[in-house]
Amino acid sequence: MKKILTLLALLGLVVAGTAAIAAEEEHNPAAPTHFPINEPKEMSWSFAGPFGTYDKAQLQRGLKVYKEVCSACHSMNLVAFRTLEGLGYSDAQIKTLAAEYTIHDGPNDAGDMFDRPGKPSDHFPAPFPNEQAAASANGGAAPPDMSLLAKARGVERGFPRFIFDIFTQYAQGGPDYIHSLLTGYDQTPPAGMVIPEGTHYNPYFLSGVSLKMPKPLSDGQVTYDDGSPQTVDQYARDVSAFLMFAAEPHLEDRKKTGFRVMVFLLLFGALVYMTKRRVWADVAH
Amino acid sequence: MSATEIHDPNRRDFLYVATGMAAVVGAGAVAWPFIDQMQPDASTLALASVEVDVSSLQPGSSLIVKWRGKPVVVRNRTEKEMKDGEAVNLADLKDPIARNANLPSDAPATDANRTTPGKEAWMVMVQVCTHLGCIPLGQEGDFGGWFCPCHGSQYDTAGRIRKGPAPENMAIPVFKFISDTKILIG
Amino acid sequence: MSEGHSTYTPKTGIERWFDARMPLPRLIYDSFVAYPVPRNLNYMWTFGGILSIMLVAQILTGIVLAMHYTSDTNLAFDSVEKIMRDVNSGWLLRYLHSNGASFFFVAVYIHIFRGLFYGSYKAPRELLWILGCIIYLLMMATGFMGYVLPWGQMSFWGATVITGFFSAIPLVGNWIQELLLGGFAVDNPTLNRFFALHYLLPFMIAGVVVLHIWALHVVGQSNPTGIEVKSKTDTVAFTPYATIKDAFGMIVFLFFFAYFVFYLPNYLGHPDNYTVANPLKTPAHIVPEWYFLPFYAILRAITFNIGPINSKLGGVLCMFGAIAMLFLVPWLDTSKVRSAVYRPWYKLFFWLFVADAILLGWLGSQPAEGSYVFMAQMATLFYFAFFLVIMPVLGLIETPRRLPNSITEAVLEKNKGGSGHPAGATAAPETKG
Repeated sequence: MKKILTLLALLGLVVAGTAAIAAEEEHNPAAPTHFPINEPKEMSWSFAGPFGTYDKAQLQRGLKVYKEVCSACHSMNLVAFRTLEGLGYSDAQIKTLAAEYTIHDGPNDAGDMFDRPGKPSDHFPAPFPNEQAAASANGGAAPPDMSLLAKARGVERGFPRFIFDIFTQYAQGGPDYIHSLLTGYDQTPPAGMVIPEGTHYNPYFLSGVSLKMPKPLSDGQVTYDDGSPQTVDQYARDVSAFLMFAAEPHLEDRKKTGFRVMVFLLLFGALVYMTKRRVWADVAH
Repeated sequence: MSATEIHDPNRRDFLYVATGMAAVVGAGAVAWPFIDQMQPDASTLALASVEVDVSSLQPGSSLIVKWRGKPVVVRNRTEKEMKDGEAVNLADLKDPIARNANLPSDAPATDANRTTPGKEAWMVMVQVCTHLGCIPLGQEGDFGGWFCPCHGSQYDTAGRIRKGPAPENMAIPVFKFISDTKILIG
Repeated sequence: MSEGHSTYTPKTGIERWFDARMPLPRLIYDSFVAYPVPRNLNYMWTFGGILSIMLVAQILTGIVLAMHYTSDTNLAFDSVEKIMRDVNSGWLLRYLHSNGASFFFVAVYIHIFRGLFYGSYKAPRELLWILGCIIYLLMMATGFMGYVLPWGQMSFWGATVITGFFSAIPLVGNWIQELLLGGFAVDNPTLNRFFALHYLLPFMIAGVVVLHIWALHVVGQSNPTGIEVKSKTDTVAFTPYATIKDAFGMIVFLFFFAYFVFYLPNYLGHPDNYTVANPLKTPAHIVPEWYFLPFYAILRAITFNIGPINSKLGGVLCMFGAIAMLFLVPWLDTSKVRSAVYRPWYKLFFWLFVADAILLGWLGSQPAEGSYVFMAQMATLFYFAFFLVIMPVLGLIETPRRLPNSITEAVLEKNKGGSGHPAGATAAPETKG
């Protein structure tokens, strides 16, 4: 066992050394080769860890930010209004919320398509009829669908952090990234860096120095009625948390079930171990 | 480990029984998600109610909507159909229960109990034969109600089984008039 | 079975009735109750049982997922999300299945390395070992095709890259690739056939597993000393001794499995697979599932032409060659001694090989640039040298440590150091259970 540990330690050194060498290679701040330029900031989230739960008030604020800002360009096709039950809304509130939206439906008996108010079973309607329309209205890049964004984005953690992540249960790479990106505008690019026209410098962007999306949030843009600060940072936190919910609505259920399963396995394992000891008690092995 | 411990049958039995019981509990808990996933999912349950606009239905005409994957007929009955339905003696019925989800499960199958108060002309009914699930044809058969072509079951103008192999009256779903021209089914 | 006669005696009328017509109870009794196993097996030997339950778990969760999945390029991604969001317990079943694949591979790698360490592949167990290699190949095919089904970006581009291997074959390569894809690129026909095969292959695995267990029961289990069973005192009955030990091993394994399923369900996956497949846009780094990474690193390490073989074909050949090495192991190892416990030099090289495999895995996850490429080339060289040079040569020149005469002797020697067992209790274990 000691030998294994020694070898693993040696291996770790080799790997770390290689990583360091690789990182040293040609580092020119004006022409970075690895993205994002800055790593996402790790925030504290209510849904992190083995007993994490969503902060319903935060999710409601996040939904408000999505509705008033993001939804102008970003669809959320996979999320149904009924799912918003998880934000603590009652059936009646969900009905009202759904009815604020117009759903294109049909055909009716006459064969025509028609518009009607939304129902809880409907999904969030998309701002553009198709991807081509979305792309042409946004300078050639279609804004990504937001249903799974919090699970579809994540910056590679690298050695040795990806080992520690197993023990700390770090699974918030998505929300951390979204929060950092939303708060990462308004910075001055290093001297000499070329920012393509029609794009916006953001050192937290995953795949380049800049992105097509202009800074979406500004202080005071969305009115909160629960007294939370109306700042870009708070908006970004709230909408990131909401997007995590949109991507993983069963997270609380998962962690709760997980705890029961782990406790059961511990107890059952102890019983089986004692039984095993008893069975093998008079056989040397 | 002392010899007495090894040969104590009670302690050994208790350990074995406890372990076995834990295994049974674990197996049961594991089995549940596999059964649970077969139940209707959240999107199916969310579609459990439909709104029907019946403003265009004249007496003697009907329309069919799909509710939970089954056809539901909404029929504005004629005066004659209503009279025929009311005239039936309950003792002649094969199935004396109303089978109306809006009423207690033992309500008798009177014509009034097959409709909703104040709207006795309107039949709202799952148009599925209670025999083996075929869809009966409307306004056919010996009783002027529904006739199932599969195995010859005959229903009267209130959708009650009168003849043939079907055991029950056709089911009335949960529904209500939310206005004079709109019905909410489910 | 290894002793060639059955000790089963039917007790009740029903058992006698069955025994005369179809002796299934006798088969079960001989295979899983009375079957003698070496008494000195350690917890490394519980992974066979663990793999069996993982196979069953994957088949069960897979069947129920197939009840909700749609194998159409327009619907596949959404149908998986419907499972995650709407189907009752769907998120649990899907995470069990996706992480189950990973843990299946964790178990199979431990199982393979155990075999390499204790020389379990040596005569008369060559066929047992090769059947295991076939299972491993089938698992890789199943795992790869399963990863395509959610139709995310990594699904699509993984399928494109892996089917691209076949285009490296001279003359018929492109034809074979089109045959696999059912078109000129990964598309609906590809997804449909991958779904059909992903459903079929696990049952083929189950079939080969039956052969694997059959072969095992003919030659008997190997053990940490590598000495064959010589007398009855060397063995204990499968039930209850091995059953209860396997059960404990399984629960410990399931504990780690559950930890990932419930707390880190996406840790072993890639974020890009939560973006629907887009045939017009390649993700920045295409990375296969972690269990393919060492082979992926070997594939990318060949950046140079070798004589008439270009680098593309060379990479593919090396990658398949790396797997083929496993099939040849029984004949590459020339040592007279089975277990690495008595082979100090082999033991050292074995652990270096484990470290090399892990290093290759890590390199496979890194971009193929700069010093990573050179590291991958060195690691690939060592990988092949381990099988083709170290194994054959070491067997001839190494002086093994003294072997005990029997399993029982080895056990008694080990326990002499005061483990607290009364000496008398070690005798006649067959009287128990």
